[in-house]
Amino acid sequence: MRTVAVVGASLAGLSAVRSLRKRGYDGRLVVVGDELHRPYDRPPLSKEFLAGTVGEAELALETDDEDLRAEWLLGVRATGLDHAARTLRLSGGREVQADGVVIATGAAARTLPGSEGLAGVHTLRTLDDARALRDELSRGGRLVVIGGGFIGAEVASTAYALGLDVTVVEAAPTPLAGALGETMGAIVSALHTDHGVRLECGVGVKGLSGEARVDAVLLEDGRGIPADIVVVGVGARPNVEWLEASGIALDNGVKCGADGRTSLAGVVAVGDCANWYDPRAGFHRRVEHWTGARERPDAAIAALLAGGAVEPGVPRPPYFWSDQYGVKIQFAGHAAGADSVTIEAGAADDRDVLAVYRRAGDPVAVLGMNQPRLFTRWRKQLAATAS
Amino acid sequence: MMIPACRLEDLPQGEAHRLNIDPPVSVFHTDDGELFAIDDTCTHQDASLADGWLEGCEVECPLHASKFDLRTGAVDAPPAKLPVRTHEVVVEDGMIYVRLSTDAPNLPPCISARLAGGPA
Ligand SMILES: Cc1cc2nc3c(=O)[nH]c(=O)nc-3n(C[C@H](O)[C@H](O)[C@H](O)COP(=O)(O)OP(=O)(O)OC[C@H]3O[C@@H](n4cnc5c(N)ncnc54)[C@H](O)[C@@H]3O)c2cc1C
Ligand code: FES
Repeated sequence: MRTVAVVGASLAGLSAVRSLRKRGYDGRLVVVGDELHRPYDRPPLSKEFLAGTVGEAELALETDDEDLRAEWLLGVRATGLDHAARTLRLSGGREVQADGVVIATGAAARTLPGSEGLAGVHTLRTLDDARALRDELSRGGRLVVIGGGFIGAEVASTAYALGLDVTVVEAAPTPLAGALGETMGAIVSALHTDHGVRLECGVGVKGLSGEARVDAVLLEDGRGIPADIVVVGVGARPNVEWLEASGIALDNGVKCGADGRTSLAGVVAVGDCANWYDPRAGFHRRVEHWTGARERPDAAIAALLAGGAVEPGVPRPPYFWSDQYGVKIQFAGHAAGADSVTIEAGAADDRDVLAVYRRAGDPVAVLGMNQPRLFTRWRKQLAATAS
Repeated sequence: MMIPACRLEDLPQGEAHRLNIDPPVSVFHTDDGELFAIDDTCTHQDASLADGWLEGCEVECPLHASKFDLRTGAVDAPPAKLPVRTHEVVVEDGMIYVRLSTDAPNLPPCISARLAGGPA
């Protein structure tokens, strides 16, 4: 392999580049990223960066002395992939010839139709988004967060600490139920009300009101919640439109194996855009978590360099963390397959718990709130069991 | 400075023992029976590496999974960027002692800020 192109210059792309060099790949390495920034860390964008305790320099994912011998094409978007000709098409009409391609284009925040052009309405995915939101929050006022998922909850928590008046609106009856199940979703999302942040559940959003600037969030039950700032945190969709004409198998992202190999030879997909086959779960899943975007590229690069001649190992169970209202939330595994959940340590009322999810008696997932030590033990055990 | 940690028989393989000094230091007993001491606080944020995932000669931070090499203190990948200090371990008469490094520690920004501002 003489040229490898990595599309997407964020965590998964950088991890792929590092893995290529670590595994001895010595050829040309081109990294294409549509943002102008060097790779930066997104988790602090809804936490310390938004709160103002971490600056832009500290978000950098690269170290100062790092030399990956890559050509960085930043501010450049990939617009197409011609597999037969081994060519990547780029915005501005440029092309790159590459015999290996790593797709690491991540995901983009979903927006609320009809909110375009209304001042005071934000999504949060990029550094530019976070700068804009931080500036607005610094002026204070009434914030309404639409969506009680992890990003929405973190923004609510950070804004509460900054002294804003915060309401969270969630269409589902229980926030986080999709990721954590009903019981633990209710316990974790009660952190909002513990701190006097209003939580409106089980009611959809009809739209926003305001002339040039938003002034309220209109609910489907007819109520309107006054708002100076609105954050739309209703999930993300994979950035794969640019691959539509390439013939690659797409299905909720780029469909790929446990080792990231796609339907096209010499092309692997990693990070938030990859819908990979999880041998533990027995189906494809797209996981939008930091640790997967950092760790899984190494398996994909091994497969790319070996031309698929290596057996993929069984990946560790997916893991994510979240920080809300000073509580460290950690989760590993897969809650959806569980038939029971029990609190093994701590107490729900104290919002300090270690909960284990089981299917037919076997642990399939674990949740910790401020329980890093016990959580790690369970996570290790979960990785060791072959379910 | 030599600091007594704990008795060797009280620290099973695969476990860590934290010394609550400032900054805290932890002794790790690997599955291969080796002993190592490093600064306990991750260089990224306020996490205790004694709570982490010990495998071979590496400990993975319990929060964001950067791995530190117990022999050298080196970190493998982000989000942590700086190594942790390593300390010498001495066992005498079944007792584990730590000889503290005289290097400056690499504490995470949140802790350095607290230390600079005096006790909270
Ligand atoms: C605010 C926020 C907080 C988070 N907090 C946590 C947390 O606490 N814990 C946790 O586990 N996870 C968290 N995450 C998730 C984590 O950050 C993601 O899983 C991770 O960033 C995924 O990395 P990635 O490289 O796959 O994708 P991304 O980080 O999305 O990067 C993809 C890059 O590709 C670029 N791109 C897209 N299309 C193209 C194209 N056609 N051509 C060129 N470039 C393109 C994008 O602009 C982007 O720069 C958080 C995410 C956000 C946004
Ligand atoms: S606190 Fe250790 S890696 Fe983040």
